[in-house]
Amino acid sequence: MQVPILKQGGVLIATIQAALSDADLLELRTALVQQVVRYRSSGVIVDVTAMDVMDSFASRTLLEISHMIRLRGAATVIVGIQPEVAFAMVQLGLTLEDIPTALDLEEGLAYLQQKARSIN
Amino acid sequence: MPADTQILIASDRDVVAARQQGRAVALRAGFSMSEATLIATAISELARNIVSYANQGSVTLRPVHRSNGAIGLTIVASDSGPGIADVTLALRDGYSSSGGLGLGLPGVRRLMDEFDIVSRAGSGTTVTVTKWLP
Repeated sequence: MQVPILKQGGVLIATIQAALSDADLLELRTALVQQVVRYRSSGVIVDVTAMDVMDSFASRTLLEISHMIRLRGAATVIVGIQPEVAFAMVQLGLTLEDIPTALDLEEGLAYLQQKARSIN
Repeated sequence: MPADTQILIASDRDVVAARQQGRAVALRAGFSMSEATLIATAISELARNIVSYANQGSVTLRPVHRSNGAIGLTIVASDSGPGIADVTLALRDGYSSSGGLGLGLPGVRRLMDEFDIVSRAGSGTTVTVTKWLP
């Protein structure tokens, strides 16, 4: 299950479209880091609306994606965590503390634009 | 009462299949979407432990019905892998022998109502958890 990555201006948008295996998540991590370098992107949005479960492996991989992308000087936003998924994550002990999250794609884009403006 | 469903776990694909079947069985048993997601998350953690530590094993989904009217879902995650040398340590938040977040087993214990683990070094691990309908 490959995750499509769209390029919109300086932002990459990865939209997860179904439940992902661990191997799929690692593939997404590699693809995003490569494309941030290739396109000199300033921001990345990972849309997890379609993710059925966010367990410890998925959370760890998203944290790694965000940290790797931050080292490139770009920002990552996770959007679309479903309410029941958020409920389970908190019970499990996962808070994704140092990654910005937003309600949906639109809010995620707004967050990145605001961040870009505050830098320029 | 519906029969048990046993899912063989041998790869990360099977982890996804197990949690998806677990969610479906939980919804059929009457759990809400939110509770079914808790159960699916617990299955994901347990099934991944099997792949990571034992290479293969199985996850059994067992709808349960108590004489007092309680309805629940029991999940048995079993493998014949190396076992856990120190179960107390493995149940501690933040402890991981695999470089993970160390939230797997203690997290599963928080997600479910009942939690039991039997493990002996060299002879495998069986984790049995149950969630009751509120």
